[in-house]
Amino acid sequence: MVANLGYATLIITFLVSIYGVVAAYLGARRNSHALVDSARNAMLLTFPLLTISALAIIYLLINGHYEVQYVTEVTSNSMPLYLKITALWGGQAGSLLFWSWLMSAFASAVTLRKWDRDREFLPWVTLVSLVTLAFFLILSIFVENPFISFWHTPTGSITTAMFRPAGTSLFIPQDGNGLNPLLRHPGMIIHPPMLYLGFVAFVIPYAFAIAALVTGRTDARWIRLTRRWTIVAWVFLSLGLVLGMRWAYDVLGWGGYWGWDPVENSAFMPWLIGTAFLHSVIVQEKRGMLKQWNMVLIILTYDLVIFGTFLTRSGVLSSVHAFAQSAIGPLFFGFIGVTFITSMILVIYRWDDLKSDVEMTSWFSREALFLLNNLLFFGLFIVIFWGVIFPVLSEALGIVGQKIPSLSSIFTGQKVTVGPQWYEGIVWLPFAGLLLLMGIAPLSSWQYSTAKTIGRAMWKPSLASLLVVIGLVLVGFRSLPALLGFWLCSFVIFVTFYEFWRAAWARHHARNENLLLAFWFMIGKNRRRYGGYIIHLGMILMAIGILGIELFQEQTQGTIPQGGQIEIGQYTVKFDSLSVFDTADGRNVARAVVSVYKDGRYIGELHPRRDYYYESQQPMTIAGVRSTPEDDLYVLLVDWQPLSTSAATFKIYHNPLVWWLWFGSIVFILGSVVAAWPSKEPEMVMVSKSIPETSKA
Amino acid sequence: MRIKIILLSYLLTLVMGVTVVEIVSAQQPTPSDDQVNEIAKQLYCPVCENIPLDVCPTTACAQWRELIRQKLADGWNEQQIKDYFVLQYGDRVLGTPPPEGINWLVYLVPPIAILAGVYILFRAFRSWKRPIQSDNLQPNSSEAPQSTDPTQDEYINRLEEEVRKR
Amino acid sequence: MNEIPSSPNETPAPKASIRWGRILAWIALFALLVVVALVLLQRQQGPVAVGQTVPAFTLTTFDGQQIGAEEMAGKVVLLNFWASWCKPCEQEAADLESVWRYYQPRGDVLFLGLAWTDTETASLEYIEEFDITYPNGPDLGTRISQAYRTTGVPETYIIDKNGLLSYVKLSPFTSQAEIKAAIDPLLGP
Repeated sequence: MVANLGYATLIITFLVSIYGVVAAYLGARRNSHALVDSARNAMLLTFPLLTISALAIIYLLINGHYEVQYVTEVTSNSMPLYLKITALWGGQAGSLLFWSWLMSAFASAVTLRKWDRDREFLPWVTLVSLVTLAFFLILSIFVENPFISFWHTPTGSITTAMFRPAGTSLFIPQDGNGLNPLLRHPGMIIHPPMLYLGFVAFVIPYAFAIAALVTGRTDARWIRLTRRWTIVAWVFLSLGLVLGMRWAYDVLGWGGYWGWDPVENSAFMPWLIGTAFLHSVIVQEKRGMLKQWNMVLIILTYDLVIFGTFLTRSGVLSSVHAFAQSAIGPLFFGFIGVTFITSMILVIYRWDDLKSDVEMTSWFSREALFLLNNLLFFGLFIVIFWGVIFPVLSEALGIVGQKIPSLSSIFTGQKVTVGPQWYEGIVWLPFAGLLLLMGIAPLSSWQYSTAKTIGRAMWKPSLASLLVVIGLVLVGFRSLPALLGFWLCSFVIFVTFYEFWRAAWARHHARNENLLLAFWFMIGKNRRRYGGYIIHLGMILMAIGILGIELFQEQTQGTIPQGGQIEIGQYTVKFDSLSVFDTADGRNVARAVVSVYKDGRYIGELHPRRDYYYESQQPMTIAGVRSTPEDDLYVLLVDWQPLSTSAATFKIYHNPLVWWLWFGSIVFILGSVVAAWPSKEPEMVMVSKSIPETSKA
Repeated sequence: MRIKIILLSYLLTLVMGVTVVEIVSAQQPTPSDDQVNEIAKQLYCPVCENIPLDVCPTTACAQWRELIRQKLADGWNEQQIKDYFVLQYGDRVLGTPPPEGINWLVYLVPPIAILAGVYILFRAFRSWKRPIQSDNLQPNSSEAPQSTDPTQDEYINRLEEEVRKR
Repeated sequence: MNEIPSSPNETPAPKASIRWGRILAWIALFALLVVVALVLLQRQQGPVAVGQTVPAFTLTTFDGQQIGAEEMAGKVVLLNFWASWCKPCEQEAADLESVWRYYQPRGDVLFLGLAWTDTETASLEYIEEFDITYPNGPDLGTRISQAYRTTGVPETYIIDKNGLLSYVKLSPFTSQAEIKAAIDPLLGP
């Protein structure tokens, strides 16, 4: 009943979306306000409809309706309530519906804004949003239907279908499979929604870009309108990525936070292009340049977002290989292909309108540095894209070797792995370049910077950061990559602080304001710039964390009896006790208590665990972690050999500075809030009344 | 005299036995978990994708780790063990594709792409670049075409743009 | 991408090379799309299909024997991919061995076991546990399984006397009768 209701609302939403697309198109073509308003209402209607669908699934999940296939896949009797609700995005069918719900929410929010000055954008923004929504609804209705149920056939087997096939009866399993244990971590519960929020929010700037292309209003208007949306999308996407890193660190049990896995990379690529876009649009706003490039960037962001949605883990697709063999592959590839080609055709159609008429005056001007920033981000994207696609490509090209035997030693078609070693060997350089740019760009000005002016602004922070490096060398650091990395980080920190200080001091002096108040008001006057600086600071702190763990991580592993100990660096870990017990939610838990000593002094206790989930027969390791700004001590209970009090195997990681990775992410969230905060002053300067109001819509 | 010979032979046997035992145990010290992990973390599970061998929880991976331990105990070095794994399980156990045949592309394309990007940027800069002085001499060409635009909306727009540029 | 602006002083000469660069970029882009499409199409294929000619291979058994195209010619060949760590493989191991002993005297049926991503000691233990007498060898470098585009173990491929694939089973056999039912039609007179 409820399942049928949910499915029916999906179909109705789909029909409403199609109607909206047609109405928006005709309304724009015929300049009919009635049709456009009708399309707008259709857009608004999709949200309550999809809410009903989503609530239907949640109802089925909470009440254990295991006759519905999705409920069996992701819930079980032993799961607590909150996990059953979050199981909505625990599997592919549910997460696609969740994505559609978020899409309609955001698109409705955009539809509700004041459209007076941009009336010609409205139908096209509505159209693009509804087309995207319709695509995901097609997937939910025809391919990954979350409401499919189990049916007993007369021959005794079980089949799945939405509506009862003739001669079958409903099959209701007693219990479900339960959510994958790896997904039961708080970070994993909130990570998919954050990521999807970021993905969905990027559709809005894309919709406006298409609207701008179609209507010919290719000035910076569409960028100004979507400025806040872009920052919001960016911060959610960044947060989603950081939460994924935190989850990997806590739960996957290898003492790291990023594996260069295709799934991770597919969420990283839209972030890279999105960040490039975020910076590049500032150039268009300030100097009217890069209009064509910004169009390309946002189109790329959109298609990468669609690509990323399908490769994410909650969709149970573990790699590009798996994705390519699924039923969804061709459909989604078709959608990406069609949207990409259509968007590019529009860009080519408006190519000349997008030509910028401003020239570059200096290699060191801020716009030149922004271009360099774009080059580095785009370069990173190309590298990562190549790494993701190469294994599939080389395997597919094996067919050449099969058909042409003389080439078979070149086109072997053998599966290869492009792993972290390859990525890390390449990406450090663009990242270092980006760090450097974060330090130099604030010092350069629009149009009129030269090497001399930048050099003059740069020498103080450079000197200060050089002193930091000398200090590090004196303390004993010899690693060249570390010294370079920390020099860059301290350089950017000094530059950023200097920028804040300079402006606050000037204002304090000019207006005789209290320094702190001056600081506050100064930020308020230019939220985007100072919010941006705070975000950069957050990134630098994250970079410090990354440098610490990447360059100085130590690990050791050993099997010790109760009372035994393992040493790593300054730390000693002593095995105190082990308890093994079953829990109410279907797990067998082996919990060890270890004492940690630093330089001989007792500093605390840790509880590494190994959970074994009976129903999914999957083990999960949960590390005992002691985290301080200086370093993390990360203790894992490892079951290479059976665990017992006479011999338990521990793997210990020492991760210096990784705390800053998490703290830095909080700082950049703060910065984004500042950057996106609505300004109190009106953005527009209204011209006085003598101009006739001809164009008010 | 006989007792001395017997005692001496006992002593000799004892000494030889201990020596033999020592030699034997010196030939086969069990490689530590750390030594195994050193190599295992550079190899990837042939069955599950993209999971390093030192963290993979499956039975098969446990067997492979013990295989590494066995080979280390036999005196093999890291390169020999890696080559053995490639022979047995294919190229995908390595973290980076071996540079042969088409795999060269994976190493060549990124630097070429980045260099191409640098070149394109360089050319674009050059064609855009105007010296600072002449900017004042030439009329800002953004004004000319659009002032003929009739709609007031556009005018207001451009006004705002100029104000915003400040 | 980054384009030259319509400045009045711009000389026409650089425009031509930029135009070529632009055309090249579009061509490269579309080539990429086409390649990705082909890749996806190829991945959709799945394992080698019934009716196709099977990839040729030479197997070196654990005993050191070489079994190649010569030994397989004119025979019905049952190719079984397994691994010692694979629990479902154990379900069919005994059945496969019994059916092998049933067909062996005929001389025109050949069973081959390929140990996929397995260790030699563990494989030999598995063979001994189930008293397997048909030839078994490691799938060195997983080349054979990659040629067959297998997706896991156990999988069985039955090849008829003309070298064409006639039967594919991507899960364990449930009974001896099932195996015999797949082989009997291929035996001919």
